[in-house]
Amino acid sequence: MKILIVGGGMGGTIVANNLARRLESELRSGKAQVTMLSASDQHMYQPGLLYTSIGRMAPDELYRDQRSLLEPEVEFHVDPVVTFDLDNNQVVTKSGKTHSYDQLVIATGSRAAPETIPGLAENSVNCYTEAAALEMLRQVRDFKGGTVGIVVGVPHKCPMIPLEVTFVLHDYFKEKGIADKVQFQYTYPIGRIHALAPVAEWATGEFARLGINTTTLFNMKEVDGNKIVHSEEGETVDADLLIAVPPHRGMQVIEDNNLGGNGFIPTDRHSLKMDGRDNVYIVGDTTNLPISKAGSTAHFEAEAVAENLAALIKFGTSVRDYDGKVFCFIEAGKERATYAMFDYNNPPNPKAPNKAVHWFKMAYNQLYWASARGLL
Amino acid sequence: MLELLSKGNIMSERKIIDARGTYCPGPLMELIAAMKQAEIGDELEILSTDEGSVNDVPEWINKVGHDMVETTQEGDVWHIIVRKAK
Repeated sequence: MKILIVGGGMGGTIVANNLARRLESELRSGKAQVTMLSASDQHMYQPGLLYTSIGRMAPDELYRDQRSLLEPEVEFHVDPVVTFDLDNNQVVTKSGKTHSYDQLVIATGSRAAPETIPGLAENSVNCYTEAAALEMLRQVRDFKGGTVGIVVGVPHKCPMIPLEVTFVLHDYFKEKGIADKVQFQYTYPIGRIHALAPVAEWATGEFARLGINTTTLFNMKEVDGNKIVHSEEGETVDADLLIAVPPHRGMQVIEDNNLGGNGFIPTDRHSLKMDGRDNVYIVGDTTNLPISKAGSTAHFEAEAVAENLAALIKFGTSVRDYDGKVFCFIEAGKERATYAMFDYNNPPNPKAPNKAVHWFKMAYNQLYWASARGLL
Repeated sequence: MLELLSKGNIMSERKIIDARGTYCPGPLMELIAAMKQAEIGDELEILSTDEGSVNDVPEWINKVGHDMVETTQEGDVWHIIVRKAK
C-alpha cells in the first residue's frame, strides 16, 4: 500500500512517524510505503512565534530540519504538490514529478490572510510568520505609549492567541515601566471575550483587574490609514499600535485545485475522510470542521488517521473515529497559565491559572519536537 | 452539506453549517466566517447543540443588519436559518 502525505507540519509529521512505527515490518518488506511531500526542508514550531514577537525566542529556535524529525523509513521530498488528481489517485509536484498513491493524507495547513481585510496588512502587526513576528517585535519595542488595539478575524489559527497576546503584551509594557501610558482595547467577534464560555468568564475578571477595555461583537470590515478599525457592526476602534489576529485561509494549492472554499476541504468529522472520497484523509487546519485550528487538533487527528491507515493493512478496515479532542494551553500573564481540553461530547472546564502549568508550557516549547516525532 | 432551495425560478444554495457538539470556535463564529463568503440573499442554516446560539445568533444578525429566517428545535439540535442582507 502506497501512503502519500502532503504537508510537513505537525499533522503530516505525526501521521508519518506514527505510521512508520505501526508498519515497521510492512515498510521493511515493501508491503507498505510512506512518502511525504513538503514545501520546505524546515519544520517551524509555530506557537513559538508569540515569544519571538516579544523577543523571548530567537527565530533560529523555532526551526528543526524536517528530515531529522522523520523516522528513517519515511521517504521525504521537498517538492510541493501543485496538482491533485484525485480521480486517478495521483498528484503532480512543482518539479513535474507524478506521485501515485493508494491512500492520500492532505495536511497542508492554513495561513494568516490580513490582505483579505482592506487596510489591515498595512496598518497592523501579527505573529503568524517569522517576518511578521519580527516586525511586531520592532513596533512593540519602539512603542512609547498610547492605545494598543487587538482585533480578531475569523477563522483564525490558535484560538487562545487573542487573550494570550493581550496578557503577554500587558506584562511586557509593565516590565518596561510604561504600563501607565498604555491602554488596551481588546475586541472579539462574538458577544463575549472568548469563544469558550468558561474561558471568557475567567478572562473577563482578569481584564477588569488589569483595566483592559473590551468591545464584543466586533468584526473587522476595514482599517484606515490612521489605524482606525471599522467593524461590520458599525463601530470603530482607534489604535496607536494595532495587533491583529488576521482571518485565515487554507493554502493556495487547495483553492487552485477546487478542493474546498477558502482552502478548507469538506471533511467528515469522525472518519476525517474528504467528503465523497474514500481514500483521501484531511488533517489539521486543512479541514473545514468547525473545531479549533490548533496544533493539538492536528496532533489528535493525525493519531486517529495513522491508526486507521495502519489498520487498513493489518485488519482490512478502520478501527476508530476521531472524537473531536482538542487541548490548548492558555498563557495568562504573570508566569501563570491554564489549559482547556474538550471533545465533541465533553465541554471544556478550565481551572484557575497557576505557575506550574506555565512552566509546563515552557517545557512543552522544547517537548514539541518529541511530540512531532511521535514520542509524546 | 449543501442543499438546493427553490426561490422562484432561481435555484440558490443554502449552506448548512454543522456545529453540533463543537465548543471552539463555536457556532456563532462559524456563522460569521461563513457569512463573509456568502452572497447577498444566500441563506445559511446553522446546526447547534448550544442553547446559547438561540440568543447570540439573533443578537449578532440584528446588530449587523442581516435577516433571521427561522429557528426550530429537533431533539437537542437547534436549526437556525439566516439570510445575508448586505
